[in-house]
Amino acid sequence: MASNKMNATPSGEQRHALTVRITHWLNAISFCTLVFSGYIILSAHPRLYWGDTGHFGAPSLFDLPLALNLDDSGWGRSLHFLAAWALVINGIVYLLWSVFTGHLRRRLLPTAEQLQPRHLADDILRHLRFEHAPDAAARYNVLQKIAYLLVIYLLFPLVLLTGLTMSPAVTAAHPWLFDLFGGRQSARTIHFFTACTLILFLVVHLGQVILIGFRSEVLAMITGKSTPRSTP
Amino acid sequence: MKRQLSRRSFIAGATATSGLLLTGCTDPILPPTYGSLLGLGEALTFASHRLLLRNQPLAREFDRGSISKGFPAINTTFPEDELYRRLLRGQFADWRLPVGGKVARPMSLSLQDLKRFPARTQITQHNCEQGWSAIAEWTGVQLRRVLQHVQAAPDARYVVFRCVDGWWDSIDMFDALHPQTLLTYGMNGQELPVQHGAPIRLRVERQLGYKSLKYVSSIEVVDRLDHIEDGSGAMVVSYGYSWYAGI
Repeated sequence: MASNKMNATPSGEQRHALTVRITHWLNAISFCTLVFSGYIILSAHPRLYWGDTGHFGAPSLFDLPLALNLDDSGWGRSLHFLAAWALVINGIVYLLWSVFTGHLRRRLLPTAEQLQPRHLADDILRHLRFEHAPDAAARYNVLQKIAYLLVIYLLFPLVLLTGLTMSPAVTAAHPWLFDLFGGRQSARTIHFFTACTLILFLVVHLGQVILIGFRSEVLAMITGKSTPRSTP
Repeated sequence: MKRQLSRRSFIAGATATSGLLLTGCTDPILPPTYGSLLGLGEALTFASHRLLLRNQPLAREFDRGSISKGFPAINTTFPEDELYRRLLRGQFADWRLPVGGKVARPMSLSLQDLKRFPARTQITQHNCEQGWSAIAEWTGVQLRRVLQHVQAAPDARYVVFRCVDGWWDSIDMFDALHPQTLLTYGMNGQELPVQHGAPIRLRVERQLGYKSLKYVSSIEVVDRLDHIEDGSGAMVVSYGYSWYAGI
């Protein structure tokens, strides 16, 4: 079955490069901190708008069911930006490394064979049946690759740019950000929903890790090597 | 003795390093208060914003049709101070704004004095730290005109503002001399309303709303902030907010 197929990968085989492991965990810490501090900041005004402006007394797009908290946004914002700086610097290191070492091309870009409609259909069916590909540990499957690429090249840049559009200093230097996202409050709303999409990715990501074997997958991301599975 | 020596040499070394970092810079490259680990992000943001804004771009200005209806008024909306209430009853005819510190000509300016300077009107977006934003038209005198008028010392680095309701804050010369940094007395074509800070509200357009102080009652030009009030640079720092709010 699935677990037998996993054992096709000999234990001790290199699965994750050192750079991937370090940037993965730094990213995990930064992202969780950003979600937590983002929640604290949002609690100071849990309403979302569209356009340039939005305030109490003006119509909102959504009123989020969060308890109003006006006391913690100061340190919450400082924590948010500390984590954001860590995420951005870490992300730049990862991006440069992945491009220049060929990691992006070898590990993340789908192969021509993986993009065949037949292969895509098979992979979707496999996911729907909660099964693993025969070569699951040796390479990322095509849906996994697409998900990773969307997170790295679409969602993280989007959450960063919409975050910067909320900065009165950055938008003074780059007012085109307002035009790109339709105003400061639109950017705030997009920032929120992009963060929600990233959280959704994290939930699915963790679900997959648990499905395949929490211990072995987490150990692989720490040591870089495949470990013998606890259940044969 | 040994410990004292090493501490002294450490301090000397640290001072030399910070002096080196600041050599040749008129404007600070680090915010004056960034003590904790949390302040590290703020320091990085401040330094990168100074680079980003080195050509002093203006914050976006909007057309009159964009002006928000029902611009929120928060925090103090009617100061309790007896003297303030008396001045308000007299339509601020007896109100004076002391401008002092490191200036060649310290003076007390009346509202009429401030209105005699060339006025600037700008329609800008106010960004509250809570997350809401609203657009209003502001009319006032550029702070840099007032600083030139009192002949602020060339080596002065910060401007400290104190307010009727006990708020106080400071900005550096980089923001103080910016063309959109105003002492406003008009809002949306009317006299500045009491709930929005009459008679004078500061506008610092490239930072969050809490830097745009209401009810400004005095201005002090200084070259350092550590001897002002609690030395943190702003009242809000004690509530966990950053001195620099360009975010």
